[in-house]
Amino acid sequence: MEKVKCENCKKDIENEIFILNLWVCPYCNHHRYIDARDRLQITADSNSFIELGKNINSFDFLNFYDVKSYGVRLKETKLKTSLDEAIIIGQAQIEGDNVALGIMDFGFMGGSMGSVVGEKIKILSNHSIEKNIPLVIFCTSGGARMQEGIISLMQMAKTVSSINRVKEMRIPYITVITNPTSGGVSASFATIADIIIAEPGALFCFAGPRVIKQTIKKNPPPDFGSAERNMKNGQVDMIVNRSDLRDTLANLLILFKG
Amino acid sequence: MDLKKLEEIPKSYLKEILGSLSKLEKLKKIPFFTGIHFKDAERDLARKIESYKKVERDAKRVWNIVELSRNENRPQCKDYINGIFEDFVNLSGDRLTGEDKSIIAGLGKINGKTVAAIGHNKGRDIKERMEYNFGMSIPQGYRKSQRIMGLADKFGFPIVTFIDTPGAYPAIEAEDDGQASAIAKSISLMFEVKVPIIVILIGEGGSGGALALAIGNEVAMLENSTYSVISPEGCAAILWKNPSGTKLAARELRLTSRDLLGLKVIDRIIHEPIGGAQNAPRRMVRIVKRYVTGALERYVSIPGEELKSGRARKFESMGFFSTE
Repeated sequence: MEKVKCENCKKDIENEIFILNLWVCPYCNHHRYIDARDRLQITADSNSFIELGKNINSFDFLNFYDVKSYGVRLKETKLKTSLDEAIIIGQAQIEGDNVALGIMDFGFMGGSMGSVVGEKIKILSNHSIEKNIPLVIFCTSGGARMQEGIISLMQMAKTVSSINRVKEMRIPYITVITNPTSGGVSASFATIADIIIAEPGALFCFAGPRVIKQTIKKNPPPDFGSAERNMKNGQVDMIVNRSDLRDTLANLLILFKG
Repeated sequence: MDLKKLEEIPKSYLKEILGSLSKLEKLKKIPFFTGIHFKDAERDLARKIESYKKVERDAKRVWNIVELSRNENRPQCKDYINGIFEDFVNLSGDRLTGEDKSIIAGLGKINGKTVAAIGHNKGRDIKERMEYNFGMSIPQGYRKSQRIMGLADKFGFPIVTFIDTPGAYPAIEAEDDGQASAIAKSISLMFEVKVPIIVILIGEGGSGGALALAIGNEVAMLENSTYSVISPEGCAAILWKNPSGTKLAARELRLTSRDLLGLKVIDRIIHEPIGGAQNAPRRMVRIVKRYVTGALERYVSIPGEELKSGRARKFESMGFFSTE
């Protein structure tokens, strides 16, 4: 039997059990990264997903070059992840209820938000308004995509404006914070939701622990920015295990129907 | 090859060039290669060195602007408020947990009409800088600005903001108090108010901390101010993994007023006195005053709903992507 080592407690887990447990360690409840496709599969009703905005692609409009060009980085990432971008969007059903669903993927350039992520959030918001269905976004991101310069910062404004229009229509907006969610995404569409749910242990902050360490010249406390610390500080509504997320979302969708 | 030429190219490219050079030298030692190929290779290499030299010159020019934008003798938010507003009343506190002095907010008169002013203030000498926390705001500051924006919206006063911050304050307490949601809420509120918002970048426009005050019907930028998703230092640390990339990062980020006008992120550039605002601070304040007065006149008769939808349209159209 093939085994995987838990990133947190280092115990060996049988692969099959790990997958059945939705990539959560059965010994320490560490929630490991899962990609957007897996997330979709464990969240939405089977075969209910209709993808939107598939034809929208990033390109290197600034000719941004650090140690390699943004264009090359994009190509490499696409090959490595078989994803087109750091988010997939579409309409799906959760326990039979229609939702406008967005799922970010940390595997694509650290889930960073550039023009395409911004535009896809806008398309998803418009879809939610057009169909009058709740908006649910699974967040994970290192922040704005530096390779798009100031335009990536503007995506914070763009996504907030798009989602403001959803909220004005009194359509419920729920975000699920997964590990990690920080920077430009946490300071824009992730935190203006009606309900904010976090997965256990998820890092959820604006400035990450590395930046904090540079400022205060010592290590921040081990629970810095964790979902649990955010819960204590009143920044999230609830912490929900991955295995219960689908039920929790389904229940909230019913409650919002009034 | 004249090795002296290499002094003018960015340090982080030196390794690549030296690598190509030594490869070329090695190839030359192989007897059956004809000279023509070397000429081509040498010409390519020379061209590469020339283009890297241009990158270095460009980076130096941009870095000069970064330094100007941070110059402590430039007029600061306080100077603009004192020079532009009459009967200004400073307002304090977020009515929740505290007062953040890095953001100045209040009401004053311009041409006899009440206008709300909000801006980051960095301070000059070390005592002032400590007092204003170097213009790095905490959630209490963003929430104070939300309170004043709400006030302006309620009574129909236009809002003028002055942006000058290295970025939000990266501290444990600020994070514990909800830095991310405070910034998000500020951005959200600026899309909701039905009064004109005029935004002026007067120095450093650092990341989310800047954006939290920067959703304007019109966004103007002083010639030598900067506006960026991350500081060049921060960008170099992440992408180049080395502080030697700082000036290159400044160039790549396209953070100058001219770049941003080209990208349509800002609406206009306010020109500075020759050599920069620090050379003639009082004249700079007068120039900005003329701009603010004109901008308010342009927007004051536009209905609130239109102002609001105008901001949404403007920011929601930002982004570059291909559709195929």
